[in-house]
Amino acid sequence: MPEPAVLTLRGISKRFGAVQALKDFDLEVHAGEVVALVGDNGAGKSTAVKSIAGVNPPDEGVIEWEGRAVSINRPHDAQNLGIATVYQDLALCDNLDVVGNLFLGRELRRLGVLDEVRMEQRSRELLNTLSIRIPSVRIPVASLSGGQRQTVAIARSLIGDPKVVILDEPTAALGVEQTAEVLDLVERLREHGLGTILISHNMVDVMAVADRIAVMRLGRNNGFFDKRSTTTEEIISAITGATDSAVTRRQARKREEER
Amino acid sequence: MRRDRAPGDSAAQEPAPDAVPAVDSRLLVREEGIRGYLGEFRRKLRSGELGSLPVVVAVIIIWTVFGSLDSTFLSAQNLSDLSQQIVGTGMIAVGIVFVLLLGEIDLSVGSVSGLCAAIFAVLNVLNGMNQWLALLVALVGGAAVGLIQGFFFAKVGVPAFVVTLAGNLAWNGLMLQVLGTSGTVNIPSESIVSKLYSTIFHSPAAAYVTAAVGVGLFLAASLLDARRRRTARVPYRPVAEIVLRTVVIAAIAFVTAYILNQYQGLPLALLIFLIVLVILDFVLRRTTYGRRIFAVGGNIEGARRAGISVPFVRMSVFSICGFMAAVGGIFLAGQIQSASQTSGGGNLLMNVIAAAVIGGTSLFGGRGSVWSALLGALVIGSIQSGMNIMGVSNAVQFMITGSVLLAAVVVDSLSRRSQKAAGRA
Repeated sequence: MPEPAVLTLRGISKRFGAVQALKDFDLEVHAGEVVALVGDNGAGKSTAVKSIAGVNPPDEGVIEWEGRAVSINRPHDAQNLGIATVYQDLALCDNLDVVGNLFLGRELRRLGVLDEVRMEQRSRELLNTLSIRIPSVRIPVASLSGGQRQTVAIARSLIGDPKVVILDEPTAALGVEQTAEVLDLVERLREHGLGTILISHNMVDVMAVADRIAVMRLGRNNGFFDKRSTTTEEIISAITGATDSAVTRRQARKREEER
Repeated sequence: MRRDRAPGDSAAQEPAPDAVPAVDSRLLVREEGIRGYLGEFRRKLRSGELGSLPVVVAVIIIWTVFGSLDSTFLSAQNLSDLSQQIVGTGMIAVGIVFVLLLGEIDLSVGSVSGLCAAIFAVLNVLNGMNQWLALLVALVGGAAVGLIQGFFFAKVGVPAFVVTLAGNLAWNGLMLQVLGTSGTVNIPSESIVSKLYSTIFHSPAAAYVTAAVGVGLFLAASLLDARRRRTARVPYRPVAEIVLRTVVIAAIAFVTAYILNQYQGLPLALLIFLIVLVILDFVLRRTTYGRRIFAVGGNIEGARRAGISVPFVRMSVFSICGFMAAVGGIFLAGQIQSASQTSGGGNLLMNVIAAAVIGGTSLFGGRGSVWSALLGALVIGSIQSGMNIMGVSNAVQFMITGSVLLAAVVVDSLSRRSQKAAGRA
């Protein structure tokens, strides 16, 4: 891509006690691009995300925002730059309605009083532009389905007009139809020019929406792949760290048997 | 509170030009008019969103039973007395509602109310301090006590139940210390504290004007809100529904005013209680601070990630609870015109927690309203008043009040379970 990346990570390292969770990790996210971050459990995906989101600042390395170096030491720093994170547990308040959740922590006020009308108006606009289908913005989040809750959580991250959105396993607990809803939403984020980092275990989801795929293994980069010129097998072998993996062996054996 | 529904009149039924219907086709949409109202009501009952319905039914049953057993129960005099007697308990219960919204409990409110009454009595009556200043010291003392307990809960991380249980004993000890050898301090009837409780506006106009102002404010606020919503093209309450609600509220307000006027008139204590309820209801539902209390009660981690300072919310809520305990203690002291070693003891703690829960505020946090303090205090007060008229012994009263509290908690637990089953919790 010709334009500079919105977010660039260079040589990020993070140690927890005796564990080198992240070592010389690089990542680039451009506007209007979905970057999938994949890797086995413990590969360092969460650590990488937490260093971007300001939860666990990195020990070494450079984070560049729109070409200039920044330091992200607190979640607040990340939010102020325009990085929004949707964690796996969503952190929605079940007892509040959709509007209450969308604007939680940044309520609109009029004369010091909550401006419910304007918040409701803006909520509807936001949900409409993202084509999110919610029965009503005035029902408690508790009564929404898992997919709807996920979309509400993603919509909430967009209230502050971020430029980069990090989605941590957004489809992990969802059914087929709901997963489709969330993937649609990820594509709409791209259409709106946002950079998206998608963490996922599900190769089908990743191949469906990602533009680029960054593979992590044992806390390091293990290859960047362009969706158009790669295969699921190639990525899986990068994740497992060997072309000679259980999967490829099985496939080879099957081919033998077929012959 | 507010329910989405399609706008009622034909002019607004044309969809906004850019409005994509964000509605799932499987969603059950409420019907128009009275039928829709009833249908929604039935659906809520089935899914366990009982709201204040059980408590209203409870009041009706209690009043019918005691009224049929002894006609003096429903006399204007007894009901007027009742409206004063519930204020002390109700004020403390309001503070408990705030703490319950966080999903926590404060077991020290009884002792705190007694302590603050003792502080006032000793400062004003024994040491001759200006009565307003003494009142201020007592109220600030209550808030400070709450803040201290909130600190140990929010910052140190001791469970609220343990902090306030320790407080229950410690503040009771401090009260005994403050009262010293005197034991009981009588509060003269011309004292501000006595007057707060006993003043009654004898003019019939007072009660009616209060009712009219309350109803008028409600109607004006509802209409203004509906108009703003309509111009903003978001769902609003149709005028017919607003009128219906206003009529119901007006009926309750004016019947209450009529009954009060049948006896002596509008008690100042009741008026203050209602004003406090309106203000705190506004704080809870219409301000950022109130929204934060609900958020912390709903999901602590969610609130924290949204940038809400959870320790601040917790400490301030415990401080409000301590303050309201002090206010309630002052009214209770005014009622018996003394502060004594038994102030704030007995079954007061049980009664205020029962009042808050019976009124419909959930023990599990995040759901409730300050009006449950009024409704719950009314239930508890009615039971006690009725049993006193019937000459029922204390032993039986305790057992019955305990059973009512258990019943309220059972209703709360069951409704939470069916709400979960219906996907509303």
